[in-house]
Amino acid sequence: MEKFIKLTDTAVPLPIENIDTDQIIPARFLKSTDKQGFGDNVFRDWRYDHEGKENKDFVLNDDTYSGPILVAGDNFGCGSSREHAAWALAGYGFKVVISSFFADIFKGNALNNGILPIQVTPEYLKELLQTIKEKPDTKLTIDLENQILSSPAGELEFEIDPYKKVCMINGYDDIDFLISKKDKIEAFEQERSF
Amino acid sequence: MAGKTLFDKVWDAHVVDTVPNGPQVLYIDKHLIHEVTSPQAFSELEERGIPVARPDQIVATADHNTPTVDQHLPVRDVLSRNQLKQLTENCEKHGITLYGLGHKYNGIVHVMAPELGITQPGMTMVCGDSHTSTHGAFGTIAFGIGTSQVAQVFASQCLLLTKPKSLRVTVTGKLKPNVLPKDVILYVISQIGTNAGTGYFCEYAGNVFEEMSMEGRMTVCNMSIEMGARGGMIAPDQTTFDYVKGREFAPEGAEWDKKLDYWKTLPTDADAVFDKEYTFDAADIEPMVTYGTNPGMGIKVTGRIPDKDDVNLEKALAYMNFKKGESLIDKPINYVFIGSCTNSRIEDFRIAANFVKGKQKAANVNAWLVPGSQQVAKQLVEEGLDKVFTEAGFALRQPGCSACLAMNDDKIPEGEYCVSTSNRNFEGRQGQGARTILASPLMAAATAVAGKITDITKQLN
Repeated sequence: MEKFIKLTDTAVPLPIENIDTDQIIPARFLKSTDKQGFGDNVFRDWRYDHEGKENKDFVLNDDTYSGPILVAGDNFGCGSSREHAAWALAGYGFKVVISSFFADIFKGNALNNGILPIQVTPEYLKELLQTIKEKPDTKLTIDLENQILSSPAGELEFEIDPYKKVCMINGYDDIDFLISKKDKIEAFEQERSF
Repeated sequence: MAGKTLFDKVWDAHVVDTVPNGPQVLYIDKHLIHEVTSPQAFSELEERGIPVARPDQIVATADHNTPTVDQHLPVRDVLSRNQLKQLTENCEKHGITLYGLGHKYNGIVHVMAPELGITQPGMTMVCGDSHTSTHGAFGTIAFGIGTSQVAQVFASQCLLLTKPKSLRVTVTGKLKPNVLPKDVILYVISQIGTNAGTGYFCEYAGNVFEEMSMEGRMTVCNMSIEMGARGGMIAPDQTTFDYVKGREFAPEGAEWDKKLDYWKTLPTDADAVFDKEYTFDAADIEPMVTYGTNPGMGIKVTGRIPDKDDVNLEKALAYMNFKKGESLIDKPINYVFIGSCTNSRIEDFRIAANFVKGKQKAANVNAWLVPGSQQVAKQLVEEGLDKVFTEAGFALRQPGCSACLAMNDDKIPEGEYCVSTSNRNFEGRQGQGARTILASPLMAAATAVAGKITDITKQLN
């Protein structure tokens, strides 16, 4: 997994609530057996019409906004457990998603793929979205070490599981950690009484 | 010290290790896999040269991406065929039991495992599918995971997790006639919203759930994720034990007695405290339909779409082509889907068959009836329900996830409404531009006969 330490860049605003993983990557694109190529179809049915023509109104087709930070409405990533949603966002180039609320499974999937989900207050989100809308070249800084998000909406300390933070900063994933617990796992299997 | 919840008891019994100030290593008893979310996990292991730790504790099925007609023929879609081939090869290579297309045990993962007795109380179960919460109906900790976690379980039979908070939804009282488990859960979600359960594991309690069949409990637990909860559980009781006993992979003899004694210790202690509680009166629940683009946007079939200023509501109604304040009764419907891991069990088809018996499907309706498994399909024939459906103008398809997520050819055309017994009414879920109305199997059957949404309460009284 790629390391994540600090990032300063512009952001893409997507002020829609309850963005589910079917919107992030529709099921018909889940037939691939590797992790590559999903970025082309991220938000497919919002980005393109049924003939495959670009929907000019959608933010990803609007040259005004760009950057590796997605700022989205409340309850981002609800629905299906498909990690393809995280692969699609990562494939498109997103490294951070900021929202006022994340669905559980998506949050875990994002962290397992080097995408940092940052939860902010609804007020902060509102102000941030407004700022980016008015000033698309607004730069945000994410300092994972100190857990600080800085933007014109203010400096905010965000939460992250301490273990996951270490993983993100060092590019570790859970598999190595779990394998290192092999003896304990085997002992558990021997000792359990039911 | 306060007592323990059902969830605490099962969780605590599976903790292998705790990371200081961090997550816990949780042991997983059963890992279910399918063709869509497993290939990348197998690749991950191969790239690292790691073996599958406990192949005996994994069961595979093909369900998400399979056709529901002509299953004896090679799958036409090249990508789907390849995905199924990879599943077969991966299972062979790693010694994993696979119930592939055509196998007598094949079916939707959350239908197949319970009916074979793979799902048992007190277990921890995972699958790369968010509706794994279904198995919580047995008093099992069961939840959906991402593909990275599928790889973690392959590698270690464990997951690194932070213990979620506890939530209890209690429904007591007497349900009105023809209010089904699907209506109960749609009602609950409509009341508390689609993220009320995020960060929590839910327990359903109260006489309404105690009196439900296992099929009904599975319908309820299945949709826990639609209110954001990773999983939902119901305390195991005699109904659970009777269901599990004698099934293909259920324990037998002395092993059964030992497990049964343990299972009986699992229900939540009287003095246990939950982090959050909701209580509902069964008498307030009526047959439900959804009008919007998330499962929380539900109303009584006799109700009206809310009339309020809300951009999310407006966006949803624009997609659905509905208006604020309107009733859905008499809306013409051309598609009906009875199936999915929510409602494709034998009880669901009995309810639908009982309604359509002696009636005829409306000419405008395309009805897709998709049993959840080969076992359900077989039982339908044994009970003569297939004939009831055929005589009423319906055709049964072959098992699979089908139009619930429309990965295969079972797609609802753009702009069409589908009254569906599935679990999600997201934009495009059943096909690009398709408009989903979630409902119970009874509502779906009634819609198929009328060709429009009908007031089922009036019709049946």
